[in-house]
Amino acid sequence: MKYIDEYRDAKRAKQLSKKIFEITTRTWSLMEICGGQTHAIVKFGIDELLPKEISLVHGPGCPVCVTPVELIEKSITLASRNDVILCSFGDMLRVPGKEKDLLAVKASGGDVRIVYSPMDAVKIAAEHPSKNVVFFAVGFETTAPANAMAVFQAKLQNIANFSMLVSHVLVPPAMEAILSSSQNTVQGFLAAGHVCTVMGFEEYIPLAKKYNVPIVVTGFEPLDILQGILMCVKQLEEQRAEVENQYSRSVKSKGNIPAQELMRKVFEIVPRKWRGIGEIPASGLGLKKEYAMFDAEKIFELKNIVVNESETCIAGLVLQGVKKPNECSAFGTVCTPEHPLGAPMVSSEGACAAYFHFRRIAV
Amino acid sequence: MCLAIPGKIESITNNELLQRTGKVNFGGIIKEINLSYVPEATVDDFVIVHVGFAISTVDKDEANRVFEYLKEMEELKELNESNE
Repeated sequence: MKYIDEYRDAKRAKQLSKKIFEITTRTWSLMEICGGQTHAIVKFGIDELLPKEISLVHGPGCPVCVTPVELIEKSITLASRNDVILCSFGDMLRVPGKEKDLLAVKASGGDVRIVYSPMDAVKIAAEHPSKNVVFFAVGFETTAPANAMAVFQAKLQNIANFSMLVSHVLVPPAMEAILSSSQNTVQGFLAAGHVCTVMGFEEYIPLAKKYNVPIVVTGFEPLDILQGILMCVKQLEEQRAEVENQYSRSVKSKGNIPAQELMRKVFEIVPRKWRGIGEIPASGLGLKKEYAMFDAEKIFELKNIVVNESETCIAGLVLQGVKKPNECSAFGTVCTPEHPLGAPMVSSEGACAAYFHFRRIAV
Repeated sequence: MCLAIPGKIESITNNELLQRTGKVNFGGIIKEINLSYVPEATVDDFVIVHVGFAISTVDKDEANRVFEYLKEMEELKELNESNE
């Protein structure tokens, strides 16, 4: 496929790798934010093309992974009701709640449907006026414009039986939480290309300055990631801390303005709880007052559901880049993709799942 | 989750504001995609698509940047070798 295959060329990947070897003079620790990048790194063995001085730390950019177990439990409560059709992206179905997951609810007769787009959920609502159709809206900035459009269209078309269980999170506050932590080891970031496609990268400039850390907006194919690493290491070696854009075929400095406009119409910035990290102020999106009639938490009075996280699972430390998945005592034994303890083992972008699928020999 | 893939616009099926849609070809698989957020994109353009929505139009010139950089590196190397 065009714009994919040419960025997987082995010869060019080796050229970039060689260049990285040439410029590296000391140890550097870089974090890739996005779970999609983590999977590409582990799947294509990009870390094996790097000098031993460079270590890649896997970031929190997996929305399924950072969704607190409390929200999972809320979705399970909703899906168990006879009057509800719960629509979700497929990844969420296997994430364990307190006692079961959404797939178990579906198996015992709950109407849980996997959708490709939030607009599919709006369509289902229009087709089933006697049911409450709830869309489980998780995601980072990349997904927010699509979810905003679903609510906007539901209001415009007067589809009152549609609502959303919103668990939207934002990248810059999570980066700031990592950078300001006393355990932080990250010296440079590969920022998430698709988040920046929507938001642009101007909001990262103050972060780069304040924490003196280079941030390179990076794509998802092997050549993108290698070039992103090269640009980041070059900045570190030259003692620069700037925001640079490797993924310029998709990302503009101001991002996608029509998408941001609709996001701002529907959503407002709210505090959010992150799995294993806790509440981060101004780190998520919630529905604005004008759209409160589409807020499933308000409609179904879900506010009082509180659940604690598993004690064995170290998802929080993995998501902050403090531990690697294979440093967990449950990894690959008690916790597997078939029987996951935590979300990073479930999601197709979770760091634990990436290690399980592609790194079993090394474990 | 933030997975998004490039596809080529084959046709525009609805051109109304905030309801813009089109048929997009992903290596042979054609899907109806919401084009509301890429008002500038037209037939034959490549767009980056996430959960049924195009979030950007691929910039053809910028897409070549990494290949041009590698080519320059190679030429520079050859030049250095011929000088030695």
